[in-house]
Amino acid sequence: MSTATNEPEVVVSERVKGERRLGLWLTAPSFLMMILVTAYPLGYAVVLSLYNYRLTDPGGREFVGLNNYWVILRDAVWWNDFMTTLVITVVTVAIELVVGFIFAYVMLRIIRGRGPLRTAILIPYGIVTVVSAFIWRYAFALDSGFVNQWFGLTDFNWFGDRWSALFVICLSEIWKTTPFISLLLLAGLVQVPEDMQEAAKVDGATAWQRLVKVTLPNMKAAIMVALLFRTLDAWRIFDNPFVMTRGANNTETISFLAYRQNVTLVNLGMGSAISVLLFLSVVAIAWVFVKGFKTDLSQVRGD
Amino acid sequence: MKTSRWWTVAGLVIVAYSLFPLVWMLSLSMKPPSDIVSGEPQFLPTTWTFDNFTEVFSQSLFTRALINSIGIALIATLFAVVVAMFAAYAIARLDFRGKRLLLSLALGIAMFPQAALVGPLFNMWRGLGIYDTWLGLIIPYLTFALPLSIWTMSAFFRQIPWEMEQAAQVDGATAWQAFRKVIVPLAAPGVFTTAILTFFFCWNDFLFAISLTSTDAARTVPAALAFFQGASQFESPVPYIMAAAVVVTIPVVILVLAFQRRIVAGLTSGAVKG
Repeated sequence: MSTATNEPEVVVSERVKGERRLGLWLTAPSFLMMILVTAYPLGYAVVLSLYNYRLTDPGGREFVGLNNYWVILRDAVWWNDFMTTLVITVVTVAIELVVGFIFAYVMLRIIRGRGPLRTAILIPYGIVTVVSAFIWRYAFALDSGFVNQWFGLTDFNWFGDRWSALFVICLSEIWKTTPFISLLLLAGLVQVPEDMQEAAKVDGATAWQRLVKVTLPNMKAAIMVALLFRTLDAWRIFDNPFVMTRGANNTETISFLAYRQNVTLVNLGMGSAISVLLFLSVVAIAWVFVKGFKTDLSQVRGD
Repeated sequence: MKTSRWWTVAGLVIVAYSLFPLVWMLSLSMKPPSDIVSGEPQFLPTTWTFDNFTEVFSQSLFTRALINSIGIALIATLFAVVVAMFAAYAIARLDFRGKRLLLSLALGIAMFPQAALVGPLFNMWRGLGIYDTWLGLIIPYLTFALPLSIWTMSAFFRQIPWEMEQAAQVDGATAWQAFRKVIVPLAAPGVFTTAILTFFFCWNDFLFAISLTSTDAARTVPAALAFFQGASQFESPVPYIMAAAVVVTIPVVILVLAFQRRIVAGLTSGAVKG
């Protein structure tokens, strides 16, 4: 090996060249597709965000510089939606992490019924988010829901108040996505060496100590990756608030605001500025995870 | 051996957690609409009926949407899997510059906030004349399904013993025979699993479906559900919406029942271990 690496690599063989060329050809469609459909429209959004431009008044299009951003960041609607999104993200991800870990642990330890359990847990994962939203909305709605009857709440209107509506939105989100996070955690859990557990047991460590000192540190990578993916996923939440409240009672999220400005109000200048801010917020979250929490993404990327 | 029984009990709790909302959905879908306006709604129907399903299938709003959903999801899945298969093969087998770049780009796309594209795509698609068409939805679905498809498939492709191809050729098989008889059977499960996960992704979308469509020319079921009305304006649409929801859940349940092992393997290998 050492002699091979000492040789100066001046001439790249035809074979290596051919391999590189083939690699580029095979990946070119993926590259093109991903860049054309995301980077190009995003650049277009950056340009549009500098204009005052409504589809209802195309003639009134004018360059306004960063004014749209200035308007948005001083507007209570943006900060209200920002807070709603933040609350949903923190609450759902925190609960999903704990419940998802318990589910993963049960999936790891269970002997009888392992197959049926995994089949059942995949149902919420595969179900359409909009369907999940309708199921939970109708469970809590005044005219169709059983929840108020079962818990003696008579005519409490869950969707009439911000926090109770957010409770139902989070419930639907948690129900649907906990199975996904538990499968990611299960993949990390099976990699924790069993003999380390045994050694700790022999040394007299309690179950809680083994969990905190042995199991969790050994699956840190899997936990961080699951956290990052679920945090970004929750931050982009759109379907549940749309189906349940249409954003009423201060339950609008940032993705919903971007949709409403762009598609409902066709206010493309302002809408594009919100799109860019949404993109930047996602970049910021990913940056915090990678630089701040040292999340190792090489395993996800597969290199 | 007592502890193993407790784990089974815990497993049953999780099964109940997963399936209870489905029971509620079925119950709602079989309620007569008059059950919905009553003062004290119950969990189960007063009388069980299949009329809601008949009604849903008689409305073109739903049947068109179902055709759109199936067609768009299948076509987007097919293209995503083919495009990703080339990339995954290159990642698993070849050494070339741009490999890391592609994997990083895929990671970026997986994290991309799709709502940020709704405005520009809405505007671009109208300019290109593909707003409210199948193509207009297939393109974003294909794009956003690519990261998942590339990761899952390259994880599977890495586990293939590729040297068996040469071994077969040494044994006298032609290159084509070696590929078809040895590599294809080894690669097929990974490709198939990727197709299932990609299909779930396309089947689930709501944001693009309501933003890039305006009529039943391309509106998919999740988007149509938001517009669904009852048989008349005096009746609650709830049982009809739930009947439609049951119909779009059936393919998910069938795929999960048939391919549980593969889906779990695909999700865990593609997402964490790489």
